[in-house]
Amino acid sequence: MDVNLRILRYNPEGDAAPHWETYQVAVDPMDRVLDLLIKVKAEQDGSLSFRRSCGHGICGSDAMLINGRNRLACRIRVDQLGKKISVAPLPGLPVVKDLIVEMSGFFGKYRTVKPYLINDQPEPERERRQSPGDRARFDDTTKCILCAACTSSCPSFWARPEYVGPAAIVQAHRFIFDSRDEGAAERLEILADENGVWRCRTIFNCVDACPRGINITRAILEVSSAIVGRRG
Amino acid sequence: MDHPFDAIVVGAGGAGLWAALELAREGVNTAVLTKLYPTRSHTGTAQGGVCAALGNLEEDHWEWHMFDTVKGGDYLVDQDAAEILAREAIETVIELEHMGLPFNRTPDGKIDQRRFGGHTSNYGEGPVRRACFAADRTGHMILQTLYQQCIKHGVKFFDEFQVVDLLFEGDPAKGGRAAGVVAHRLADGQLHTFRAKAVLLSTGGFGRMFRITSNAHSLTGDGVALCYRHGIPIQDMEFFQFHPTGIVGIGILLSEAARGEGGTLLNDKGERFMSNYAPKLMELAPRDMVSRAMYQEIRAGRGIGGKDYLYLDVRHLGRKVIEEKLPDITDFARIYQGVEPLKEPVPVQPTAHYAMGGIPTNVFSEVVRDDKGTVVPGLFAAGECACVSVHGANRLGTNSLVDLLVFGRRAGRQMARYAGKVERPQPIADAVEPVRAELEAIRGREASGESVAVIRKELQDVMMDNVGVYRDATLLTAALAKVKELEARNQKVAIADRGSVFNTELLEAQELGYLLDLAHVTVSAALARTESRGAHSREDFPERDDKKWLKHSLAFQGKDGPTLRYKDVSITRFQPKPRTY
Repeated sequence: MDVNLRILRYNPEGDAAPHWETYQVAVDPMDRVLDLLIKVKAEQDGSLSFRRSCGHGICGSDAMLINGRNRLACRIRVDQLGKKISVAPLPGLPVVKDLIVEMSGFFGKYRTVKPYLINDQPEPERERRQSPGDRARFDDTTKCILCAACTSSCPSFWARPEYVGPAAIVQAHRFIFDSRDEGAAERLEILADENGVWRCRTIFNCVDACPRGINITRAILEVSSAIVGRRG
Repeated sequence: MDHPFDAIVVGAGGAGLWAALELAREGVNTAVLTKLYPTRSHTGTAQGGVCAALGNLEEDHWEWHMFDTVKGGDYLVDQDAAEILAREAIETVIELEHMGLPFNRTPDGKIDQRRFGGHTSNYGEGPVRRACFAADRTGHMILQTLYQQCIKHGVKFFDEFQVVDLLFEGDPAKGGRAAGVVAHRLADGQLHTFRAKAVLLSTGGFGRMFRITSNAHSLTGDGVALCYRHGIPIQDMEFFQFHPTGIVGIGILLSEAARGEGGTLLNDKGERFMSNYAPKLMELAPRDMVSRAMYQEIRAGRGIGGKDYLYLDVRHLGRKVIEEKLPDITDFARIYQGVEPLKEPVPVQPTAHYAMGGIPTNVFSEVVRDDKGTVVPGLFAAGECACVSVHGANRLGTNSLVDLLVFGRRAGRQMARYAGKVERPQPIADAVEPVRAELEAIRGREASGESVAVIRKELQDVMMDNVGVYRDATLLTAALAKVKELEARNQKVAIADRGSVFNTELLEAQELGYLLDLAHVTVSAALARTESRGAHSREDFPERDDKKWLKHSLAFQGKDGPTLRYKDVSITRFQPKPRTY
């Protein structure tokens, strides 16, 4: 079948502003949007630029706005979208070229929440023990691949780019609720800041956007509750 | 721009990150360069587990793990290295847990373990629970955990810097030492030099030379090809692993963990055909054997509906096991195949997965340049791009992760020792010029009718069809001619993108050159090896020939292709025996 594929193109070395280009692409209904982009690059315009690596939803390189929703291009099939497909860069982040956005701000925020295990106790000779129940407590947020689909779908982030954003809170949650970690107080202090969890308006865009199916809003609410509980 | 450091790590997968962490802990001024962002590295896609003889669920010993590794590799494994692998697997897994890796847990809170192909108790008696896992995203958690620790320890990252050349003081083939790298910054196309005493290549594999592969688009063998071009040999390139259970047509992996948890392989008649090939281990035989068995079934007309695939069946495992222990791969089957694994069997076929060969190193992850183990001072390699060799002719499941943990850690420690006793190299005049000329020649070329996409496609086709699970002289000879033809055509390859910012087409052209070099070596080494061993299966020479071929190949770049030499295998504990399961 043929698909009408619209791509928001931008070449910083020539274009004054982003503009839509349309491509007719012969596809199989089981093809992913990433396959279409690769096909356009191979057959119609080699200068089309986008990030991609693993091609199956684990590396998080190819998050983009597809038919109005943030998706990984390698995880969404043509038969789920229909014959008209539009692809644009992630919203709310500076566009560098075509579908490539500036990610350094996003990773910078990730770093601010101390995304690493904090535990200064002497290490035992073998593994630290953790019950299956304690392990399950933070399982959901270990799935995050830092693709930025959630943060760049968040209206609170669009309105206030200083907001740390859902992805960074998810990463903080993964440690705050890990029974082996002792850094919860430090992280809650950071997230209680004016650009922390209170910016979340429970709009649920992030949950819809997450390619890993993480219940992000719940994680944010759990972190908020922990902050409140700490103060109480 | 010139960046002076003491150590440079190229590639931010598991091996590179662990090395960087060791260097940071030792206070060595280190930069990590990656053409992606670190969390995009392919280590993250490893699913099933990482083996270590912890014995948390049943008796296990590192000696058994070592034996399985040697036998799994069809006795081409260097046994001194395999001993280190199996011993240090235990402490590295424990250290990962201490770093925060969220392993699944046993009811008493220990690291949970499951069965995996080729891993046995008591030297081959039966499957053993050795693979430590975090659901079926073990690699993701390893990558995340190591990146987190690097952040904690202040490692300096240069994200989206693609290394395009290696720098040496003198000729590395004649005693010259590593001096740094040249990197292309994707954001603006500028070339930067990074000067350092110690350089680690941890650039991963090169599965993208095949049409059906589990490998990321980025896996184009950059570090391996750059070594080869600088006169450093590459080892055992004829051995490339095909993983039995790839998604039909696109090669995405369904982890061996599915079989480790009890999944079965079925032919068109609904038979568990592995009983005819490996009666003791069945579906948990090593990957080379399972992939060959699948080809045999397909050839005998017992593929599903007579076609070129078989079934992986996990229905009987039940919803709880599937959702708790195999969630990602069930999701892959749903998304990429439209199949519901809880209700129907999943169509699978072998997919190009792992390079056993690569840059030869010793057990300190130092690159060696000949059959005598002569070290290239300051140059290190670890992970899939390296060949220690702990995998020999066929790697066991999970041992890729064990390899990158153990030898990434060793690389970092050895680099720190080395950097402490030598002076930093002086800047090299015009260091970027050779590669700048190479890149400008591609970018400036007028349209010629030859494109990156077409040449790459033809390469992937011939490698898949002629240099796959089964090989013979006719197929390989034809493949060699085709690769040479493609090399000639690649001299004329032209690109549409003339820009500097994120010129991904230019970088893909550069990567295609690496793939062609490595494919040429793979075919030549496969043609020369007139025996069948591990993943290298010659139909015209179906037997293993220890008398003639119990040796590693070393391919040196020559004028018209590789020159092959050979080196001995290290045998310490286990004499070669027939390999049955």
